[in-house]
Amino acid sequence: MVEVQRARGNDEPLMVAEGLSKNFGRLTACRDVSFTLHQGEVLAIVGESGSGKTTLLQMLSAQLEPTSGRVSYRMRDGVLRDLNSLGEAERRLLFRTDWGYVHQDPAQGLRMAVSAGANVGERLMAVGWSHYGKIRQTASSWLERVEIDTARIDDAPRTYSGGMRQRLQIARNLVTEPRLVFMDEPTGGLDVSVQARLLDLMRNLVSELALAAIVVTHDLAVARLLSHRVMVMKGGRVIETGLTDQVLDDPHEPYTQLLVSSILPP
Amino acid sequence: MPAMIEIANAEKSFTMHLQGGVRLHVLRGVTFDVNPGECVVLSGPSGTGKSSILKMIFGNYRCDSGCIGIRHDGGVIDIARAEPREILNVRRSTIGYVSQFLRAVPRVPTIDVVAEPLVATGTSRAEARERSGSLLRRLNIPETLWSLPPSTFSGGEQQRVNIARGFISDYPILLLDEPTASLDAANREVVVGLIEEKKRSGVAIVAIVHDDEVRRVIADRLVDVTVFAAAA
Repeated sequence: MVEVQRARGNDEPLMVAEGLSKNFGRLTACRDVSFTLHQGEVLAIVGESGSGKTTLLQMLSAQLEPTSGRVSYRMRDGVLRDLNSLGEAERRLLFRTDWGYVHQDPAQGLRMAVSAGANVGERLMAVGWSHYGKIRQTASSWLERVEIDTARIDDAPRTYSGGMRQRLQIARNLVTEPRLVFMDEPTGGLDVSVQARLLDLMRNLVSELALAAIVVTHDLAVARLLSHRVMVMKGGRVIETGLTDQVLDDPHEPYTQLLVSSILPP
Repeated sequence: MPAMIEIANAEKSFTMHLQGGVRLHVLRGVTFDVNPGECVVLSGPSGTGKSSILKMIFGNYRCDSGCIGIRHDGGVIDIARAEPREILNVRRSTIGYVSQFLRAVPRVPTIDVVAEPLVATGTSRAEARERSGSLLRRLNIPETLWSLPPSTFSGGEQQRVNIARGFISDYPILLLDEPTASLDAANREVVVGLIEEKKRSGVAIVAIVHDDEVRRVIADRLVDVTVFAAAA
């Protein structure tokens, strides 16, 4: 019985966006965006700067109120709720437990002056963990999972390299076993070799944990490696969407064809 | 026995917006079936759309119109109209595709590149690796290379890794785009043997093969793609 319910539950969307628009004064940053996201699905939002992808991500993660339209999220109790109807406390709880948010700049998602262990442990304490030994043990096993030498657990991330910081930020986000992770240009400022390692790591974690993720990126290679589906944005609108390899290998819209043809061959 | 693949009137064109909106009509009226245990070889000169047909069956290219029925999970799914999620499900358990070139993920060791499709459907990593190893051995990829990512391998080695990855699962449908193109005679022999085994276990295969000898051995039927060529 439990199995049947779980199976049915998986068929219901985790997040539903309907007609999302955002105006800043006379400027329309985002126009009429709709989609559904299921458990375990990775959606990439691609487009160049100013296309509205970051605005969209902020609306989806309840950090920015849409001018019109709405975002609904299926809470752990199985009920689909309009994000706007949530109280501040409920929203904070979502952010602490069920959601992760990986910033492009790790300094925004980490506390740079406290130890790596505390950065990871803090999320656990926020959801009620209190046993120091257990917190440290879990933090340490997460550092291992993101390939950070556990001997560095007491060092602050400001002593870490860019790639390590980004991996630490991922550990901090995933330690509470969220169901949905937002990522804003997660490989943004990193060297190519460091990017490859991070992408590989994220790819494995996403599939092992059956995470749903919404990844904003201007890098089509990142979209190809990480995502199942892609939405191409231009001028605040979604101009093309579909299975990632379909959109990238058989792009229909002029702008998507331009993006795809602009990739340098490896 | 019901067909595994039923393609009816599939059509494909490309509009090249960067070349002034030129519309290339590639295929029209593509219609054929593939039964379990049968190997259909697509024939016709290069540029007639053979690879495009494989990509349409795999859901990698979109169809302008028509229907691509795939027997999947007790029913039939029309790939031409399926949601991304459904196509991914079909790829996970029903259709394997060996493309001409390996698209390797950086940093992933060869043994895991090959094992991945099995792990994705729930086989334990240990068992998947073991099967991956035995397939790589059979395809003459030396064990010393298994822990390395295939990106540094020669063309022929990459092609064999690609084949191993495509053949490791028990997909009921296999799409093969020139699987023997860059192989020497001994390895060509191995691949032909693998294809024969798949056919015996009831797998429906659509292949593109330029090697006359290989084609003669594996093909049950030829489908001439030039009859689907869409006049511009």
